[in-house]
Amino acid sequence: MSFINYSAREINCKIVYYGPGLGGKTTNLQFIYNKTNPDLKGKMISLATETERTLFFDFLPIALGEIRGFKIRFHLYTVPGQVFYDASRKLILKGVDGVVFVADSQEERMEANLESVDNLRENLVERGYDLDTMPYVVQYNKRDLPEVVSVDEMRRQLNPRRVSDFEACATTGQGVFESLKESARLVLRDLKKKSG
Amino acid sequence: MIDTLVIQDEDYREILDAIERLARHVRAKGVFLIEKNGQLIADAGEMYGLDTTSLASLAAGNVAATAGLAKLIGEDDFPTHFHQGQHDHLHMTVIGGRFILLVVFDDRTSLGLVRLRVRKSSGQLAQIFEDVLKRADGGAGALDEITEADIDKLFSD
Ligand SMILES: Nc1nc2c(ncn2[C@@H]2O[C@H](COP(=O)(O)OP(=O)(O)OP(=O)(O)O)[C@@H](O)[C@H]2O)c(=O)[nH]1
Ligand SMILES: [Mg+2]
Repeated sequence: MSFINYSAREINCKIVYYGPGLGGKTTNLQFIYNKTNPDLKGKMISLATETERTLFFDFLPIALGEIRGFKIRFHLYTVPGQVFYDASRKLILKGVDGVVFVADSQEERMEANLESVDNLRENLVERGYDLDTMPYVVQYNKRDLPEVVSVDEMRRQLNPRRVSDFEACATTGQGVFESLKESARLVLRDLKKKSG
Repeated sequence: MIDTLVIQDEDYREILDAIERLARHVRAKGVFLIEKNGQLIADAGEMYGLDTTSLASLAAGNVAATAGLAKLIGEDDFPTHFHQGQHDHLHMTVIGGRFILLVVFDDRTSLGLVRLRVRKSSGQLAQIFEDVLKRADGGAGALDEITEADIDKLFSD
């Protein structure tokens, strides 16, 4: 849910990073945090287990600049990817404006990717959203590893709607800002469309 | 479902008035009004330098998790939350179904007084928000002027 504050001249939106466990969602946020100018970011909060798996969410507020005197701010969240944290995932999706799906390119994770897309779709429906119409981008992460599924094949299985998609390596940052910017752009367009 | 919460200047001032009054009356260290999805709407009090963005997102996570627990045991919600610390305490109430009123206070005041005043302010704030939401018409105004080119420009670097 976006929030427009005329007094502070701010537009605030929420992007959620979704995907299977260990796919690299938290790593995406960490890279964004590390590469963003201190004046443009807030603290990154990670509610994680002792082994650094996301337990509830990661949260990172960033500013993307100004449009016509309005500060454009985004709240980035990740969900916990492990299957049994579904109740938490549902909570994080509340008020989402856009989703970045972080897929794990390794062959042995294809089933987990598919399961996670299904789970995303169902959880969105519960909140009254439709994955087929909302701002959505797909990221094929961990392209640096051996034994990865080809991009064509991943696209066929995970991105039938053919939304914008990006090859990535979240640890080095390849594709990370590209995915974020495209998602932010789609969210702002969608916001404009809904208002007009 | 309303996707966009739009707060105009006059409404904001009215909201700010209400929470500043509350902060004074209960001698709170800080009063924060937070949208349930984690956006800070307004704050008052004397907690300068506090990371209010983090505060809002964690408060929202906390309230959401507690509401989830409530549903599991067959309750609708636990509408008020109280956390007692060594020196500072935290009181949270859900108002109007979609906002959280968070009060931070210490031993200059009492939980009883906070509860009493929060209850009064909640009604008043709920009323203001009912009006705000009735008027909510998407992002009208600000967004009408924004063009696709403006959006693209934001990302050109
Ligand atoms: N080789 C490689 N490793 C990566 C890449 N992205 C993330 N990783 C590693 O994968 C592991 C899991 O990454 P996280 O970012 O914690 O995964 P997550 O999606 O947040 O996982 P959950 O919190 O359990 O849902 C970490 O050890 C990362 O360093 C990548 O592009 N390439
Ligand atoms: Mg994580």
